[in-house]
Amino acid sequence: MPLLSYEDLSVLLPGMARPVLDGVSLSVAAGEAVALVGESGSGKSVTARAALGLLPPGATTAGQVTVDGCALIGADPATVRAVRTGKASMIFQDPRAAINPVRRIGDFLTEALRLVDGRGRAEAEARALDLLAAVGLPDPPRHLRQYPHQLSGGMLQRVMIAGALTADPRLLLCDEPTTALDVTTQAEIMAVLRALQQDRGLGLLLITHDLDLAAAGCDRIYVMYAGRIVETATAAELLATPRHPYTAGLLGSSPPLHGAPERLTPIPGVPMGLLESAPGCAFAARCRFARPGLCDQSPPELAPVGERLVACHLADSILSEVDR
Amino acid sequence: MNTTPLLQAVGLRKTYPSGGSRLVAVENLSFSLHAGGALGLVGESGSGKTTTARMLVGLERPDQGEILVQGAPLAARTRGRAERLARAKAVQIVFQDPYLSLDGRISIGATLDGVLRLHGCADRAVRAARVRELLAQVGLGEREAAALPRGLSGGQRQRAAIARALAVEPAVLVLDEAVSALDVSVQAQVLNLLSDIRRDTGIGLVFVSHDLAVVRYVCDEALVMYRGRTVEQQGVADLLAAPQHPYTQLLLASVPHAGWDPGEIGRRRRELVAVTPVGE
Repeated sequence: MPLLSYEDLSVLLPGMARPVLDGVSLSVAAGEAVALVGESGSGKSVTARAALGLLPPGATTAGQVTVDGCALIGADPATVRAVRTGKASMIFQDPRAAINPVRRIGDFLTEALRLVDGRGRAEAEARALDLLAAVGLPDPPRHLRQYPHQLSGGMLQRVMIAGALTADPRLLLCDEPTTALDVTTQAEIMAVLRALQQDRGLGLLLITHDLDLAAAGCDRIYVMYAGRIVETATAAELLATPRHPYTAGLLGSSPPLHGAPERLTPIPGVPMGLLESAPGCAFAARCRFARPGLCDQSPPELAPVGERLVACHLADSILSEVDR
Repeated sequence: MNTTPLLQAVGLRKTYPSGGSRLVAVENLSFSLHAGGALGLVGESGSGKTTTARMLVGLERPDQGEILVQGAPLAARTRGRAERLARAKAVQIVFQDPYLSLDGRISIGATLDGVLRLHGCADRAVRAARVRELLAQVGLGEREAAALPRGLSGGQRQRAAIARALAVEPAVLVLDEAVSALDVSVQAQVLNLLSDIRRDTGIGLVFVSHDLAVVRYVCDEALVMYRGRTVEQQGVADLLAAPQHPYTQLLLASVPHAGWDPGEIGRRRRELVAVTPVGE
C-alpha cells in the first residue's frame, strides 16, 4: 500500500468550464521521491493540497485521496487533523508568505510541538534546535531568537522545512519549494529534501514546472496538463524519450545548456484555462500531431505504452516521430 | 564602419545606506555593447544585476562612473521634456512582471498609441498603422489591442510590454528577468521573439537573468556578477565550456542535470563565501 495515493480524483468548481482535476491517479511510496510537473493552471497545486484535505471553497469531488491509510475525501475533521498533524506536511513556494513575519523563528517552530504534542517549552525548544540543525542551518540557537526578515530566502526556506518536520511526518508535499530561489540555493534545498527522503524514509511529492529539476531530483515523474495526468514514467525514461507530445513540447521549449544551439520549438498557443473546455484531448489545439475526427472527439485514457503510461490517442503511431 | 559602441558602462559604482555604513551593490562595473549585440548579466539575488539594469535606464543614479549611449554620456538627471524623451529613446526596459509595469486601466493599443503620441507622432492614422505593426511584430492582433492587461495571458502581457518598449525605437533594450515568470512553453515563444527582434532591428540587448541556459540562447556574451563585482566576462560559449571563476563553476554545477549531486553545491558555496571579501 503506497504512502500517498490518489484514486481517480476529480475536483469541480462552480462556474468553470472544465474540472480543475479530472481523474487523477498517482501514488508515492515511503522513501520515494516523485515529481508532478505542469505549467500554471494545470492543477498540480490543487492536487498537492488535496493530500492535506485542502480543497478550493465550493469544490465538488469524486474519487479518493489516501495518506498512510487515512481517506481524506469526505473525512471527518478529526481524521483530517490527524493527517495534518502527524502524517503529512507541506512546504510552500514563498516562505516569507508562509511564516508569520512578526513572530520569532522559535515561536513558529515550537507552536505545533507545544499545542499538538503537549511538550513543555524547554523540550519543544530542544527539538526545534535539532530540526534547525537537521536542515543545515549554521547557528540554531541564534536562529530561534531571530525574526523571518533577518534570514535570507534560502535560510527561511530551510526554516519552513524544519517547521514541516516538527510533526514528524511520513510524507512531505513540496509545492515549488525552490522556484523563488537562486540556482545554487535551489541545489542546497534539494540536497536537504533528498537527505530527508533517503535518511528518514520520507515520501516526497515535488510539485514543479521544471522538468529538468524533476528529473535530477526524483525517481518518477507525472506530467500534468489541464487537470489530467498525460504521461508518467521513471525520470530517466521520461527525459530520454518523451512519448506524449506535450512532454516532448516541454523539453523542446527549454533551451539546453550544452550541445549545438538550435532554435527552440515552442508549443504554440497557451495552456488551456479553467474557462475553456474541449470535448476531446485538452492538448489537441496545441498539438502538431493532432488528427481531426480523432483527437477532438473524445479524451484519451491513460494507457500503457511499454513501461509507462501515456494519455494520447496517437501514442503508438507517433512513437517514433516524437523525439527531442 | 562606425565602431563607437552602442552602449558603454565605465566604472559604475552604486552604494546604498545600510545602518551606519554603505552597502556596495555594484562595484567598478564596465562593459560595452555593440550594435546588434546581446550581453547577459548573470548572478544570484543580491549580486547587483538588477541595480545595474536600473542604472542603465536611469532609475538609479550611479555614485561613480558613466553610461554612454552611442558615445554620448547619459545625463544623470534629465531636465525638461526633451531630455526625458531623448533618454527614453536611448534605453528602454522590460520588467519581470508586466502586470505591474503596464497600466491596468488602459488597453494595450491605447498604451502603444500614447507612447507614439508622446514621442511626436501627431498623425492619428500613422499612429494606428504603427500600433498594428508593433503588435504584429510581437505576435499580437486586434483582439489583444483592445484588451486591458488583465484580459491577456502572462505571455501576451510580456509581449505587450516588449511592444511598448520597442515603440520608442530605443537603441538598447534592457530585459530584467523578463522571461523568468513565464511558463516554459510560453517562455520559448518569447525567447524566439527576442532573437527575431534582434536580427530584424539591430537593437542592442542587455539581458538580466539568473538562468544560464536562457542567457546562452539569447546572448553572445555574458558578464557574471557576484556580490556586486564582475567575476567573469566572456563569450557565452567559452563561459559555459570553460568557466574560469569558482563562482561561475558553482553556478554551472548548480543547474539540475543527469547525475546531479546537489549535496556538493552547499559545500562548494561555503568554501567560496569563506574566501570572498564582503563589500566594505
